[in-house]
Amino acid sequence: MQTSRRSFLKIGVIGAIALAAGGAVYRLANPPQAGRFILDGDARAVLAAVIPSILGSVMLPSEAAARAQAVDGCIERVNIAIHGLPLSTQKEVQDLFGLLALGPARRFLAGVPDSWSAATPQQIDAFLQSWRVHRIGMLQTAYQAMHDLITGAWYADPAHWDAIGYPGPIKELS
Amino acid sequence: MTNTNIPITPASGVVPDPIQAGLAAGWRVTDCSLIDKDQTLEADVVIVGSGAGGGVTAELLALAGLNVLIVEEGALKSSKDFKMRESDAYPALYQESAARKTRDKGINILQGRTVGGSTTINWTSSFRTPPATLDYWNKHFGLKDYTPEALAPWFEMMEQRLNIAEWAAPPNENNDLLRRGAQKLGIPTAIIHRNVNGCWNLGYCGMGCPTNAKQSMLVTTIPSALQHGASLLTRLRAERFVFKGDRIEQLECLALDPAGLAPSGRRVTLRARHFVLSGGAINSPALLLRSAAPDPHGLLGKRTFLHPTVISAGLYPQRVDGYAGAPQSVYSDHFLHTDAIDGPMGYKLEAPPLHPVLLSSTMSGFGAQHAAMMRDFSHFHVLLALLRDGFHADAPGGSVGLAAGGAAVLDYPIGDFIWDGVRRALLTMAEIQFASGAKSVAPVHEHAGSYTSWDEAKKAINALPFRLLSTRVVSAHVMGGCGMSDDERLGVTSSQGRYHGVSNLSVHDGSLFPTSIGANPQLSIYGLTARLASGLAQQLTGQPAPRLMRT
Repeated sequence: MQTSRRSFLKIGVIGAIALAAGGAVYRLANPPQAGRFILDGDARAVLAAVIPSILGSVMLPSEAAARAQAVDGCIERVNIAIHGLPLSTQKEVQDLFGLLALGPARRFLAGVPDSWSAATPQQIDAFLQSWRVHRIGMLQTAYQAMHDLITGAWYADPAHWDAIGYPGPIKELS
Repeated sequence: MTNTNIPITPASGVVPDPIQAGLAAGWRVTDCSLIDKDQTLEADVVIVGSGAGGGVTAELLALAGLNVLIVEEGALKSSKDFKMRESDAYPALYQESAARKTRDKGINILQGRTVGGSTTINWTSSFRTPPATLDYWNKHFGLKDYTPEALAPWFEMMEQRLNIAEWAAPPNENNDLLRRGAQKLGIPTAIIHRNVNGCWNLGYCGMGCPTNAKQSMLVTTIPSALQHGASLLTRLRAERFVFKGDRIEQLECLALDPAGLAPSGRRVTLRARHFVLSGGAINSPALLLRSAAPDPHGLLGKRTFLHPTVISAGLYPQRVDGYAGAPQSVYSDHFLHTDAIDGPMGYKLEAPPLHPVLLSSTMSGFGAQHAAMMRDFSHFHVLLALLRDGFHADAPGGSVGLAAGGAAVLDYPIGDFIWDGVRRALLTMAEIQFASGAKSVAPVHEHAGSYTSWDEAKKAINALPFRLLSTRVVSAHVMGGCGMSDDERLGVTSSQGRYHGVSNLSVHDGSLFPTSIGANPQLSIYGLTARLASGLAQQLTGQPAPRLMRT
């Protein structure tokens, strides 16, 4: 699988059109599976790397195991949120994570040299900031998709309401 | 007439659920995600959509004695389901989980997708169509009988039916800050009228009213129609009208799976004397486009309006608690009147409810900056400016088209004329927020910071690069696309709401509007469709139309 993705990419040009092409490349390598988003290892690795940078490290527990658990919980909520989107949008999200899993795209479009799990917080922050204000609209929309999914998933969780001073809805009716 | 308003009970008791009671009493409601074979059904009138236009039409036609069948793509949810959780409400009650976007993803659109449509999840703000808007329709689209005087009885009837009145309780702090800031600057504000009865002032209108106080279609017209023999088919997507000559022969529908995402494979065919399309201003034109409805002048789906809305967040020393209390109670129309209606773009000022998912996903930025902002969640006051589109050649609205697979998609480009309005609106909101005591103000824009003085904010806003995806633009008001005019070169529907060139099709929803409204549109839809549905009832039965009323 890895080989076929890379060999295909070698004949293309990494650049402005790479994101659009990336989705197609990913689909060639990974034939669509009934249209629903699948939280595979690729998507999980990207999310685990990006979640602390999006939320801000202070929002996460500082102790390693608790932090990992909080990130896992957020990944699960992101997964649930994606499954509420139209199937065509789920496919776009799948393509985004698939693209980010491709080595050349990760290196040249996201600026993350090694694997997602080895990326430093500074590298992730730089990646997010670059896509946030990128002149290519598609990269901006990809940043915004991650921003909205991750912040929405985190702050939907009643466990995180105390930290922002939100009491939640009245107990009698909720 | 049955009184479908629900008396409130003390907080210790359980809120009665009129939908569960009606189902137990034998209402004809079918969840089409559960059907196991294809079906063909007949009625006098098939209504596509159960929101503001479909609900009013359903009650009127059912009271007139017609056999009515309502098609709804969403599910039937009711107060027992409304638990005030964003994570449940957005996927269950909104189009595309509240993440519907324009084609380039530059504008986020909030629209309902449940029985009651957007009325089930709106913030209850009720305005009659502004006279200046009607005057423009008269001049530019020949809608001579759309005057404030001619429409007044219809607005009065719907105001009575839905208990619409000026909000009597004090505004919450989030709204009162708009009043106080504007007052300091000599900008007039007023109190919003709301369609509520026995409102608990909770602040969760956007997640479905848990006490049935909101007089949405879900608890008023739809129950009344069902009590008068109407049928409701939920989880059923209207796919295509089949034409025979100048008539619609049938409507082909696809049953959805229980999640509402994919067709289940079962088909439902609906036949009727007359069809009423009330799917909202994105889905109604899309259904007509899929059906290849007559469109000799290329107007179908064009001139679709959004009230493009921009956002300014102010941070205050005191708690604002923008999640608590009636979400919208104060507004200002001052900047709709500073220029001519067809001059530089005017805007309406309002405040939105602030809940964690809505605020955290809307506010720009990430990391430490975003976390610090969220820590101050309860101290934020947010203002919205709704830009009035459709009155100037450079704000012609967007156009609805079809994506692969036939799904509706809206293109909405924004040019310099609209960006000029955006810039002025962000300036206005920042000035008001500093006047009401903000410590800092952040226009919601990827290139904007948080500013601690009006001078600093003014300089920064004037220097911002305005373009989609950088400036956060949202909309909760989709209008137009099946615009009215008796001149077929100017609109695809007549002043009577009849689709030109089809003898048995009416359009009864916000897609009729030839421009945006310049105010939250629900009461415009109620009043206009009440008049159109009354005319239709009279034509179909040969009898005077019934009147809607509360008892």
